[in-house]
Amino acid sequence: MFVHALKQIGRFSFEILSSMGRALRLLSSALIRRPDHRNIPLIIGQVYQLGVLSILIIVCSGFAIGAVLALQGYTQLVRVGSESALGLGVALVLVMEIGPVVSALLFAGRAGSAVTAEIGLMKATEQLASMEMIGVDPIARIIAPRFWGGFIVLPLLALMFSVVGVWAGSLVAVDWLGVYSGSFWSVMEQGVDFFDHVMKGIIKSIVFGFVVIWISLYQGYDSLPTSEGLSTATTNTVVFSSVWILVLDFFLTLMMFEL
Amino acid sequence: MTRNSIVFDNVSYNFGKKEIFKNLSFEVPAGQTVGIMGPSGTGKTTLLRLMGGQIQPDTGTVFVEGKDLKKIKRTELFELRKCLGMLFQSGALFSDLTVFENVAFPLKEHTRLNGEMIRYLVLIKLNSVGLRGAAHLFPRELSGGMQRRVALARAMALDPKLIMYDEPFTGLDPIALGVISNLIKDVGSVYECTNVIVSHDIEETARISNLLYVLSEGEIIGQGSPQDLKKDDSPRLRQFLNGLPDGPVPFHYPAPEYMDSLIGVKNTKRTIIKRDD
Repeated sequence: MFVHALKQIGRFSFEILSSMGRALRLLSSALIRRPDHRNIPLIIGQVYQLGVLSILIIVCSGFAIGAVLALQGYTQLVRVGSESALGLGVALVLVMEIGPVVSALLFAGRAGSAVTAEIGLMKATEQLASMEMIGVDPIARIIAPRFWGGFIVLPLLALMFSVVGVWAGSLVAVDWLGVYSGSFWSVMEQGVDFFDHVMKGIIKSIVFGFVVIWISLYQGYDSLPTSEGLSTATTNTVVFSSVWILVLDFFLTLMMFEL
Repeated sequence: MTRNSIVFDNVSYNFGKKEIFKNLSFEVPAGQTVGIMGPSGTGKTTLLRLMGGQIQPDTGTVFVEGKDLKKIKRTELFELRKCLGMLFQSGALFSDLTVFENVAFPLKEHTRLNGEMIRYLVLIKLNSVGLRGAAHLFPRELSGGMQRRVALARAMALDPKLIMYDEPFTGLDPIALGVISNLIKDVGSVYECTNVIVSHDIEETARISNLLYVLSEGEIIGQGSPQDLKKDDSPRLRQFLNGLPDGPVPFHYPAPEYMDSLIGVKNTKRTIIKRDD
């Protein structure tokens, strides 16, 4: 019984290590084979697929979360007569925390899972193998453009999320709840610093973009060529990405505030 | 001296614990059409994957166009593949590209031909497989047999020195079968291209091949011209060529005794049905 359990643990550990090795190898291959000028259109195509097609969900979510933040913040701040700080609060929370984290979670669910399913299906239907046999490296043609496309778009989507959130917050606070417009915007302007706050949010979303697209590509490329394998890989992409985003967010915040 | 396109030198390959090939050695002479036949599960597709450098043998060496596939760099392997063509068993067409774009893909990737020239070449290739009229369709709009014909046109797009065909005759109607087998034969004779055909279709493969190899249980059980094989009276070869269920070549995948599996009394690794009582 004990030996059997030990065997299982050993096998599981070996599987994890071997999987990490394969993921690192895929990443290094994608980085080495960064697309040349001929592949720029491929990256632009991926920016469209992964970024532009995610705008709707990002805008809708950003709007809803910005509006809720303003509503929640107002009900608390109005008790102590500090509703003029509402704009600052909404902006800081969105730019530094909720914007990067929620947009990364949405990106993993919409674009990451799509990348995994697409590559997994290409593998299952031997499209990657046939590309190799035509003399075209699938890492350069399929993996690298998706990697760079995903890496580029997430920070932009996170910024868009925050901008829409702040706008929704102003609609709720200023136009609906009657917070004075001047104080809403001027306190925000004085309190939000580009390098101290916005840049930290951008750095977070760059890290999240890197991790999410890496996980998505690896899960698709390493998936078993079966329907169950594909389904597991797609689920893994969303689950692993979400967990990593939240764990990394904690450590990045810790580092940024030098606690 | 005859130049060889492919040389297998003492190649052994295992898939998990299963031994697929053991010290397999054979040659494919350049410019010839060579048929590789054998029962299902004998490793014919694996053989093509070894030839294409998609997998590496555990021991031994595979030479393709004089290059040792184990020693060449990845970039050199991709360079070598530009002069190889492969028809996959499933067709393996790019599902998001039209038939035209699929056939144009290798031309766009590896040549500097202008759009008009690529259009001519693609239409010529599609016409040769009878699918010029389907150029605008997507693979999902074609039948399995038609997809394989498009895949054949794509494999021939760059006029490669060596084309490997994995079951090229499967799923074709009698008219398409005749046209495609003649096309493969013509590609070999007119362009001096080496053809390696992996197939179950004994009659059709023998008709267009100059040399045949018959594989069973990881080794070659017969080789020679179609005429030579007809005369060969080795029991294993005769059983395969005559399609006999009983003989030295096993029809069944290795398994415990039939009755033991049915009643589940023996300690087998995977007992299909276990008794409840």
